[in-house]
Amino acid sequence: MDLAHSRADEAFRAEARAWLDAHVPAVPLPSLETAEGFAAHRAWEAELAADRWSVVSWPEEYGGRAADVVRWLVFEEEYWSAGAPGRVSQNGISLLAPTLFDHGTAEQRARVLPSMATGEVVWAQAWSEPEAGSDLASLTSRAVRTDGGWLLRGQKTWSSRAAFADRAFGLFRSEPDTPKPHQGLTYLMFDLRAPGVTVRPIGRLDGKPAFAELFLDDVFVPDTDVIGEPGAGWRVAMATAGNERGLTLRSPGRFLAAADRLVGLWRDRADPSDTALRDRVADAVIGARAYQLFTYAHASRFLDGESVGPESSLNKVFWSEYDIALHETALDLLGPAGEQADTEWSEGFVFSLAGPIYAGTNEIQRDIIAERLLGLPKGRR
Amino acid sequence: MRFLLDTEQRAFAASLDAMLSSADTPTVVRAWASGDHGPGRAVWSKLADAGVFALAAPEAYEGVGPLPVGIAVAFVELGRHAVPGPLAETVAGAALLAALGEEGPAERLLPAIVSGKSMTTLVLPGGGPFALDGDVADLHLTVHGTGAAAELRGSSRAAAGPTGLPRTSLDPARRLALPSSGGERLAGGPQVADAAARALDWARLATAAQALGVGQALLDRTVGHVRRRTQFGVPIGSFQAVKHRLADARIALEFARPLLFGAALSMTPADVAAAKVTACEAAWTTARSALQLHGAIGYTAEYDLSLWLTKARALRTAWGTPAECRAEVLRGLSGAGPRS
Repeated sequence: MDLAHSRADEAFRAEARAWLDAHVPAVPLPSLETAEGFAAHRAWEAELAADRWSVVSWPEEYGGRAADVVRWLVFEEEYWSAGAPGRVSQNGISLLAPTLFDHGTAEQRARVLPSMATGEVVWAQAWSEPEAGSDLASLTSRAVRTDGGWLLRGQKTWSSRAAFADRAFGLFRSEPDTPKPHQGLTYLMFDLRAPGVTVRPIGRLDGKPAFAELFLDDVFVPDTDVIGEPGAGWRVAMATAGNERGLTLRSPGRFLAAADRLVGLWRDRADPSDTALRDRVADAVIGARAYQLFTYAHASRFLDGESVGPESSLNKVFWSEYDIALHETALDLLGPAGEQADTEWSEGFVFSLAGPIYAGTNEIQRDIIAERLLGLPKGRR
Repeated sequence: MRFLLDTEQRAFAASLDAMLSSADTPTVVRAWASGDHGPGRAVWSKLADAGVFALAAPEAYEGVGPLPVGIAVAFVELGRHAVPGPLAETVAGAALLAALGEEGPAERLLPAIVSGKSMTTLVLPGGGPFALDGDVADLHLTVHGTGAAAELRGSSRAAAGPTGLPRTSLDPARRLALPSSGGERLAGGPQVADAAARALDWARLATAAQALGVGQALLDRTVGHVRRRTQFGVPIGSFQAVKHRLADARIALEFARPLLFGAALSMTPADVAAAKVTACEAAWTTARSALQLHGAIGYTAEYDLSLWLTKARALRTAWGTPAECRAEVLRGLSGAGPRS
């Protein structure tokens, strides 16, 4: 049992830190959920990519550094500690790219990944529908066979980043009337500016268009944009849901850096006699450390060749609730000023409130923990 | 970087688990609570033979340590089986004597702790008012004072004399004696204060590990119960309200575990305090869910669940309250506290 990093990993850390010190914008970029901020974050992706820092865990041929999961964790610790911007390409990098590595063709990887790495193409996810949320497999948007490809027909919603993104990926029903709802689904990529696509941005709690509805009216998608076999989309989408992705959706580095900032706020602002707030600051410090060590333990298992499956549900509930508690503590430390919409904590607070809802609600995650880790019987949801 | 127990450490845990499973610890705990210490002493000897106490002592004093990771591994199992006795106190007492080195009383006292002959209770500044199981411990170690005025006194059970009636704990297997005021002066001065601070960390680490094991046992027993117990024609474990409480317990325990082993690797006061508060809160959260999901049977003394339920509550404030541990975590950060 050993928490010390190898010399090679420490050298990598030093290289990342030096680059970030020289490049991280001195003034935070505008919110990436605005047109201006989206453009600024896209430019930052290009700057990262120019020196091969945008996708360190990818193979070198696609712009990465072939970093294993421990080295990726080291990078993330440095990235967030340096105060670097949020990642506008996160959906593509953490959801679509792992699927392409496992189930895509060489042609798809060569075509999609380099422009994802530079931010030239930003990807949105298109999973949910008005009547298919937690019960995603009940989705009804269709992919109808046509010459050389498919016509997409239906409605997607809560599509993160879609207001400003270029392309999207999601599941569509290609075979109606299958015995089970998760059969007959196909995983497709499509252009958000293609004829037949209407994007209606949706304002999140603070009004910023962080997600969108997508209306699809016979949108043509060529066969080359199907990932995996037609009809096998559910398996393709779920294959990466519980594995490395579960470890890498939210990196510990992000929360370690946030806890550091919170301690700074506590020192600057706190009433030393307020032990209730002091305890909450301590819990934020402890929680970030717990999440870091939990992730290192699972990364070690992963490197040993073990699969990390339903354990990623533990991780998702933990970080999403932790993130809210941390930001609530920050707002309470700010006192009445915490109500303002433009403090350095406001954006993170609003973002954190969505955490227990997206990427599988925490209720679904608790069902998975109970049924697959604890062995409790299935029941009505 | 390989933050996993190795094969040998896992085998050690499995062998302790097997040994304690066959020892029928619930019966041992009930005997201990009623003042019959024989069965508990027999388990104590087996733990010594398995090398548990040797982990806290250096080779110079017939130990194999100090190996805090091994202590953490062992104490998770001790908690899972609700083993009674001054376990954390004995290990921390060994660490205290070891820290005092050759000049101190280690050579005289440590080998008997390692061999299991000397069950030890311990009172330290900052560690709570009671000498756990003082009516049965063979060796009483007490540190008074701080800094240059710190001194370590020790006495045998016979010499410690009556320390007043032992107070009963919410955990009937914990017998709370008042520390003896007399005893032989074994050492004094700032090195005693330093050694006591280190011993406090060992006691906290061992308690954290024990609490994690207690929480695991509570979760395992409750999962078994809700799978078997049928109401409305289905196992109650199929209901979401039940599932989600147990999922939350599992999350709390799973995130306490890496803090425990991280603390065992670093042994810094802040890391140990973080592990202590997190493991104990996780165990107590799990205890509340265990009680609720068992229903009325869980609220009885005769049902074995009570042995873990009450221990979870007692460990929460033993060797560092939640507030003390959280304060220690913040003291461990570089830089000062609030300015205003």
